[in-house]
Amino acid sequence: MKFSVIVDALPYLLGAAVTTIWVSLLGVLLGQVIGVAVCVARQSGGRVANMAGGVYVSFFRGVPLLIQLLLIYYMLPLIGIDVPPLVASIAALGLASGAYVSEIYRGALNAVPHGQSEAALALGFPGSSIWTRILLPQAFRISVPALVNELILLLKASSLISVVGVAELTRTSQTISASNYRPLEIYLAAGLIYLAINGALALFGTLVERRLQQA
Amino acid sequence: MLDLSLLVQYGPALLRGFGVTILCWGAGCLIGMALGFVLMLLRQVPVKPLRWIIRAYIEVIRGTPFLIQLFLLYSGGPSIGLRLEATTAGILGLGIYGSAYFAEIFRAGYQAVPKGQVEAALSLGMSYGSILRRVIVPAMLVSTIPAIVNMMAILTKETVVLSIITVPELMYEMQTMAAETFATFETILGMALFYWLLVEVVSRLGRRLETRVTRFLTHASPQGSSSETATARA
Repeated sequence: MKFSVIVDALPYLLGAAVTTIWVSLLGVLLGQVIGVAVCVARQSGGRVANMAGGVYVSFFRGVPLLIQLLLIYYMLPLIGIDVPPLVASIAALGLASGAYVSEIYRGALNAVPHGQSEAALALGFPGSSIWTRILLPQAFRISVPALVNELILLLKASSLISVVGVAELTRTSQTISASNYRPLEIYLAAGLIYLAINGALALFGTLVERRLQQA
Repeated sequence: MLDLSLLVQYGPALLRGFGVTILCWGAGCLIGMALGFVLMLLRQVPVKPLRWIIRAYIEVIRGTPFLIQLFLLYSGGPSIGLRLEATTAGILGLGIYGSAYFAEIFRAGYQAVPKGQVEAALSLGMSYGSILRRVIVPAMLVSTIPAIVNMMAILTKETVVLSIITVPELMYEMQTMAAETFATFETILGMALFYWLLVEVVSRLGRRLETRVTRFLTHASPQGSSSETATARA
């Protein structure tokens, strides 16, 4: 063990960690949008929408993320869309996350009392504002712990996008350890950085949860 | 579309790869459960530092990506004299990764065993060993089956990551095939469908096992079965 190796590599690793963070955040945001859309479509759409949503959720939760990533990475050019690896990665993370998020919201919606949407209906709320004003805000609040957990899982899963060459934390550690032959120190440092980010996220989650409980 | 004669040519390699996948998965699950069980037991020992160490181990394993753990074991290992073959490193990596999750699952199961049962066993003069074997573990296994199956489904998906450290499992063989035939997209699509099926089968079997082992609980307790053995991230 030579700690000077870690000190030398630290600026690069931290820079790469920033990439990891914002790629994950974009993935989570995309996942939120897809997840909410799929959840709403499954709950209020017809049987076809429900079935299509079900297949989507089952596929993206059942297929390993690495394969999903390669699938998207190789499929987009085939249908004429040539995107950089970074975009394909964010799309893959978002699509995978969307499947989990839609299930999280489905669970949360079940916890919102039925009488609420009935009351809104009786007061003459149109269908769309029952969703945006009554159901989704409450579902969001209930699902905060699960969503923070999802963010942590996605951040860990983002290490897989190193495979398509995105220079995030894992890929950068690979590059550095390939040039200085110090994999032990470099991967240890990378692991600690992941741990620190996840610890911070978990703490943030607890704070948000406490805050929402007061309100 | 994929030329079917390729399947004849690459069939044996793919089958061998599938064998390695199953081996890694099975051995990884076993090591993970065994290690997780030991960790859970050690956590019950009332020695504070020991508990802290185990807690830290679990947090570190659960807070870092599986891929980083694999790199650390496979590439970093030789620096401290730990030279492992890819497949051995893969199995060990899966086992270590799984152990932290299994330890938490077992802990929840251990805490869910009604205290009265343990007290009753104690008052009957049973030793701790036989209380563990005859009272705690059976009850624990039944209540944690859904979580165990879920974790096993997750590990099925994690075996794919082993291809990155060149374990010659199914994904690795498939990527070789894709590189040699240029039928990249078709192979990956086939692979996606295959793993989808595999994970679905593992989950279904798990659900069946769950109904089977909990059937005597349906009248006795309201908690019963029917929890979702869905698949989680890998």
